[in-house]
Amino acid sequence: MSVLADDLIDLAATRKSRGYWGNVGRRLLRDPVSMICAAILLLIALAAVFAPYLGLADPYLGSMIRRLRPIGTAGYPLGTDELGRDMLTRLVHGGRLSLLIGLLPVVFAFFIGTTLGIIAGYLGGVVNQLIMRTVDVFYAFPSVLLAIAISGALGGGLLNSLLSLTIVFIPPIVRVAESVTTGVRSLDFVDAARASGAGALTIMRVHILGNVLGPIFVYATSLISVCMILAAGLSFLGLGTKPPEPEWGLMLNTLRTAIYVNPWVAALPGVMIFTVSICFNLLSDGMRSAMDVRN
Amino acid sequence: MLAFILKRLLLVLPVVLAVSLVCFLLVYIAPGDPLISVLPPDASAELAEQMRRAYGFDRPLPVQFGIWLWKALHGDLGTSIATGRAVADEVARAVGNTLRLAAVASVLGFSFGLLFGFLAGYFRDTWVDRLVTTISIAGVSTPHYWLGMVLVIIFSVQLGWLPAVGAGPGGWAWDWEHLQFLILPAITMSVIPMGIVTRTVRALVGDILSQEFVLALRAKGLGEGRVFAHVAKNATPTAVAVMGLQLGYLLGGSILIETVFSWPGTGFLLNAAIFQRDLPLLQGTILVLALFFVFLNLMVDVLQAAIDPRIKRS
Amino acid sequence: MSEIDALKPAADIGGPCQPLLTVEGLSKHFALNASLFGKASVVRAVDDVSFSVAKGEVLGIVGESGCGKSTTARLIIGLMPSDAGKILFDGEPVGPVLSLSELRQRVQMVFQDSYASLNPRLTIEDTIAFGPKVHGVAPPQARARAHDLLRKVGLDPALFADRYPHELSGGQRQRINIARALALAPRLVILDEAVSALDKSVEAQVLNLLIDLKEEFGLTYLFISHDLNVVRFISDRVIVMYLGEIVESGPVEALWTDARHPYTRALLAAMPSLDPDNRTQEAPISGDPPNPIDPPPGCRFHTRCAHAEAICSARAPRLMATGGERHLAACFMVDPGSGHSKAVAPKVKETVNG
Repeated sequence: MSVLADDLIDLAATRKSRGYWGNVGRRLLRDPVSMICAAILLLIALAAVFAPYLGLADPYLGSMIRRLRPIGTAGYPLGTDELGRDMLTRLVHGGRLSLLIGLLPVVFAFFIGTTLGIIAGYLGGVVNQLIMRTVDVFYAFPSVLLAIAISGALGGGLLNSLLSLTIVFIPPIVRVAESVTTGVRSLDFVDAARASGAGALTIMRVHILGNVLGPIFVYATSLISVCMILAAGLSFLGLGTKPPEPEWGLMLNTLRTAIYVNPWVAALPGVMIFTVSICFNLLSDGMRSAMDVRN
Repeated sequence: MLAFILKRLLLVLPVVLAVSLVCFLLVYIAPGDPLISVLPPDASAELAEQMRRAYGFDRPLPVQFGIWLWKALHGDLGTSIATGRAVADEVARAVGNTLRLAAVASVLGFSFGLLFGFLAGYFRDTWVDRLVTTISIAGVSTPHYWLGMVLVIIFSVQLGWLPAVGAGPGGWAWDWEHLQFLILPAITMSVIPMGIVTRTVRALVGDILSQEFVLALRAKGLGEGRVFAHVAKNATPTAVAVMGLQLGYLLGGSILIETVFSWPGTGFLLNAAIFQRDLPLLQGTILVLALFFVFLNLMVDVLQAAIDPRIKRS
Repeated sequence: MSEIDALKPAADIGGPCQPLLTVEGLSKHFALNASLFGKASVVRAVDDVSFSVAKGEVLGIVGESGCGKSTTARLIIGLMPSDAGKILFDGEPVGPVLSLSELRQRVQMVFQDSYASLNPRLTIEDTIAFGPKVHGVAPPQARARAHDLLRKVGLDPALFADRYPHELSGGQRQRINIARALALAPRLVILDEAVSALDKSVEAQVLNLLIDLKEEFGLTYLFISHDLNVVRFISDRVIVMYLGEIVESGPVEALWTDARHPYTRALLAAMPSLDPDNRTQEAPISGDPPNPIDPPPGCRFHTRCAHAEAICSARAPRLMATGGERHLAACFMVDPGSGHSKAVAPKVKETVNG
């Protein structure tokens, strides 16, 4: 009984198993586009986090006589803004708030949406109807409109824009989580777990979560790009951060009047938003294909 | 078909009701007394109480909602605080401009998206595909309000070819004097739907080309042009559906672009409402836009069912 | 205290003559989702099914796909609620006396799809130890239990405990599923097409393993399969199901040598046999099973039966004794009073038992 003819895999030859995430990570590391995007994002994030220690100029210190210097001015490599503040330092410092308001709503929505979606998908029935029909209502609004409506009603400010963006991103995550959970729930191993007498909570924790988290996570990362654009957009409308805080969307807004004087400096904050957004998009695509392959 | 439409209409009613409820509640999530929005800042406590009763704010919330809904059904969306005019009139005036802009942007986005998508799907894994894919990813990753600024910088500030802001003198007309104002905002607005339609069509064409009937067509000796026509016929319904939804998103997203170009549409109206904390105006505009979005969804469903009979039965 | 309980089979209550499992009038009807205006249609997946399983016995259930055999299994273990019927385990009715969670320690199940029935994100060890942990066994003991069972199913724990399902072959995965089912020390194991997806050579090994384990742990099996050869090999007694109903049941040899229901005979005829003497002259079964949403009136098999007569579409035959010991069939041809032209009286051979 110890020697098995059906043993088609030479177990001695295969290395110690890495588990699912190890394989995904390895595939991701081999994708040059994803790695470049990750590097750029890491660079921007690190620069933002350590901005005060980089020896840059004071992001709040303006100068009336040095307003709107063009790119390449001595001492101001990226020029100055409408109040004579150094653009380079403001762009680097701007990453702190911009990345935060672009990421946090998706993170919050990920936790809340995944929880609700798994509950709806696993329990089904009335609970499912209750959660999913509520989610449907939010789907009746275009996401930008919903964010602006809630933000507009709540009034401007960082916390309000975080709140409104979180509300915007919960419904799509719930939908994805619910459909993935419904799929996993019908698999035999969930029935086997139920047959061993496990309660709903234990099954959701041990058997559902590990199998649905991957797809939901990838979907959530694809939302980061949208969230970056939306968050900066709220600031652009004056609904997010308040001046003089450096934040890319807000900077874009205040520099709007400067496009006749020094147009390319005015466009710089948008370049940052665009770069971060496209990097998250490509990284999310890379992650999706890294997770796609079974085996 | 009629039964399908009726059923869809029946399903839309609760959605409409829920959307109205969310819009109604917007005023209540706003900080402070909802009365503040209609009360002059130096009002006495007595006047405040009088107004509260007059506006029904002393009634329980469901009753207030009922009253509000009843009024809204009759076209009464309240009065704008800033202008003192009826919200319905304000929205009606702005909505035409937004629709015009969104319609032109949709046509642009749809046409180029379809073209790019077909090219990429047909020449899959060639340089054409890679170029188109890059453009579409860039398209969906672009903060469109920034793209608007860049276009203004290039075509208005640097080249001086097109006006930067506004919608032209007087009312709208389809002449060059007015159209030149429309070009930049419409292009800006079309970028995201273009990216999404491109992605969808590329995937669709790839799928269809890998199906057996295409092989059969080729085996029959059909020219590539005819094969292309078959593929187009099969991909178009889905592309139309995607575009229909995108039109809805355009209406919602127009606020940022209208702000950049000072285009006098609903987005501009919303922007004004936010800055003046004109809650009735905010509420009314959002309601109209959201209902329009629901209506578009409905139209897309019906249209799809008309094109593709399989949907009706599911 | 409870740790030890969870790893030991439940004590016998009724003695050897008390059936381990008794199913009475079990029914499951699925309402197909009703359209807004139309009336709902009902699938009678399992319709008034009764049988019992003796202690230490292997009871086979055979039938085409869609005949309700898997649904029966899921009803027994409580994975779906039944619409009607009673289940007694060792004489104790499930529900009022025996709770569902108590039942689930006594009855375990092995599923057909060896891959889908293992959580791809858990190691083999965690999968097997899951059940004991749920029942309060401390993790170290649960792990020891898992290793012990791996050895019992012929897999070296040192090689397999830390592996993931996708790294194993189908046969190995099914051994894991068997180990998982045994982890709670059940008395009855339901094997739902447990070897059907395996290669023939692997299938034979797993069947032998099942027989060994049955001896070692004193198990009782409910063996569900569409493969008659396999069922004959492992079963003591067989139930034949058709469209949610039992059409024939009896000891395996009686069924093979003296099948009384035309459906059973057709199934046997359709089975390739190497023994020329064993080939029946029965016309092989034709066509697909009728739509279960709208089963034919009377005998559900009459639409495909070569012997169908007017009576068959008018009334539904009941399971009745054929004369053979514990051999029942639901066919008018075994009912002399039915009026069917080919009806014969039960054989007189074994009238002693009645």
